[in-house]
Amino acid sequence: MMTQKPATTTLTIAQAARESLAEEMRRDPSVWALGEDLAAGGIFGTYKGLIDEFGPKRIVSTPISESMIVNVGFGAALAGTRPVIEMRILDFALCAWDELINQIAKARFMFGGQTSVPLVVRMPQGIGRGFQAAQHSQSLEAWLVHTPGLVVIAPATAADEKGLLKTAIRSDDPVVLLEPKSLFPTSGEVPVEEYTTPFGVARVAREGSDVTLVTWSSLVPVALDAAERARAQGIAVEVIDLRSLWPWDRDAVLASAAKTKRVLVAHEAVRVGGLGAEIAATVTEELAIPVARAGAPRIPVGYSPVLENTYRVNADGVLAAIEKLCG
Amino acid sequence: MKHVGDELQSGRISLGLSLLRTMVRIREFEQHARIGYDRGEIPGVVHLSIGQEAVAAGVCANLVREDYVASTHRGHGHCIAKGANVDAMMAELFGRKTGTNKGKGGSMHIADFSVGMLGANGVVGGGIGIAVGAAQASQLLGRQNVSVCFFGDGAVNRGPFLEGLNWAAVFNLPVLFVCEDNAFSAFTRASSTTAGKGAAARAEAIGVRARTADGNDVFAVYDRAAELLRGIRAGEGPGFLHAPTYRLDGHTVFDTAPYRSSAEVERHREDDPVALLESQLREWGAAARQVDEIYAGAREEMERAMERARAAPLLQPSDAFEDVQLAGAPQ
Repeated sequence: MMTQKPATTTLTIAQAARESLAEEMRRDPSVWALGEDLAAGGIFGTYKGLIDEFGPKRIVSTPISESMIVNVGFGAALAGTRPVIEMRILDFALCAWDELINQIAKARFMFGGQTSVPLVVRMPQGIGRGFQAAQHSQSLEAWLVHTPGLVVIAPATAADEKGLLKTAIRSDDPVVLLEPKSLFPTSGEVPVEEYTTPFGVARVAREGSDVTLVTWSSLVPVALDAAERARAQGIAVEVIDLRSLWPWDRDAVLASAAKTKRVLVAHEAVRVGGLGAEIAATVTEELAIPVARAGAPRIPVGYSPVLENTYRVNADGVLAAIEKLCG
Repeated sequence: MKHVGDELQSGRISLGLSLLRTMVRIREFEQHARIGYDRGEIPGVVHLSIGQEAVAAGVCANLVREDYVASTHRGHGHCIAKGANVDAMMAELFGRKTGTNKGKGGSMHIADFSVGMLGANGVVGGGIGIAVGAAQASQLLGRQNVSVCFFGDGAVNRGPFLEGLNWAAVFNLPVLFVCEDNAFSAFTRASSTTAGKGAAARAEAIGVRARTADGNDVFAVYDRAAELLRGIRAGEGPGFLHAPTYRLDGHTVFDTAPYRSSAEVERHREDDPVALLESQLREWGAAARQVDEIYAGAREEMERAMERARAAPLLQPSDAFEDVQLAGAPQ
């Protein structure tokens, strides 16, 4: 008997994001979105046309008041709605760090479990279309994962963008959705049927037996490129797309690591104090096998293409790290 | 036949007794909290609102249970005036399991969501956006309730003041902003750190209707808040109440306030809002027995709350791992 492959459709990550939100807003009238320029579709088109279907009370174009955008979302979550809070880009969310870290992340705990905080904060992060310099290019997942109370997710494909955003909207935890800014126009296959993608479950993006490459977000296609090039040298790389950064899938990483006996963690963010260090340390504590990290140098992202490329983790760099680990 | 004036006065007496009860309960709660702190029974920081009770009582007497309140680090009064259970509040200050927040928040995060009290807040101005957001949720869901946000004179110099008032005005939200101006931003006179014509003028400049009421005259607070809330409930958008008062105690229980003279404090004691209301009521002919019972009842209630808090179970280390988040186990 042949197994029927589920029907899929091809969407960009931006289209998948839009479809995900629209479906959740149809399903649950307490879901709404707020942020700058949403009536105009958002800067990446992830809200395109939603104003026409849902109107200005549920697709709310706000003042440029980042701390109030997050704070209003917080208050509205305490008062029985499920806000989707758009930050435009992660760098602007720093204007609302008090609201996110001091208030939202701690509310369930410091109020003694009296309340849930069912909201999603969307932060497109990383180097985008390029050359936007130091305040528009950062990757700061380590700060967020470090903060108790937050769920942090970072999809790299259209299917995961759609499925994880749905799970985030339905979650009673506050969730930070780190969207891969540079990958918004990238297409992928997305199931036609209704589905959600669970928190805390990694995806094996490529199977291999010689080395485990743990990565996420914008570095997934870079890692796959490096893995393909490593194959030419006879190195079979297993690429794990973490998808969820907190909680992260320890079991999947450790199982793969136990098989390959070598682990490389690669991320776009600065290497020093990055999430890669946490994963590498965990693998070391559990298995005592060789580990390595690839990440950006600890410098701001410079404007000039020379500077941006010096910061950027590319396939050459990941391949070199693989070779060194397997050498 | 009674005169119309008599009926008005009798209504005023009845309202005044109810306000006095709230104010005395707040006063007694905080005086007991200070004793608890001095005895080492309350482990952590407590900010007292002694001298400011008329603002909490006068505003909240206009609210119903479904209305929301967001508060400040000096939030016991707002909590009690909104109807929170004082046994659970005292247990929270004691850091016990039966506290409003299971002992996890303390005075600075005291909250009772069951009566719409969305929390004290450890960050100045932190409650402004919470109240605005709760109002936006009410508008979205078609509910009729309003949100009230208390904040101090210090918050008018923080960003959320501008962002929150502008937001509430832009979206025509049912929010009453209450600036409980106790004259001190922690250890510093608010007047020395605040430019321009003051809180109400700033609100008007943003397009929010503003009124000022003597924050030590509970009837003035009650009446101005009632007037503003009528407009807010009628869909006219946010309102702003500036209520100047005076913090008779230090910033915290361990602040002896050496930055001001005792003569100044004694002068302000003559304007103690509880004493002012009490003498007003006696002058109007309120029954002495009723007034006395309010004091005795509040004292007894707070003694009992202390005893119950003392007897309540302590927390265990394992409690630290509960209520952190649903997804993923704490590590």
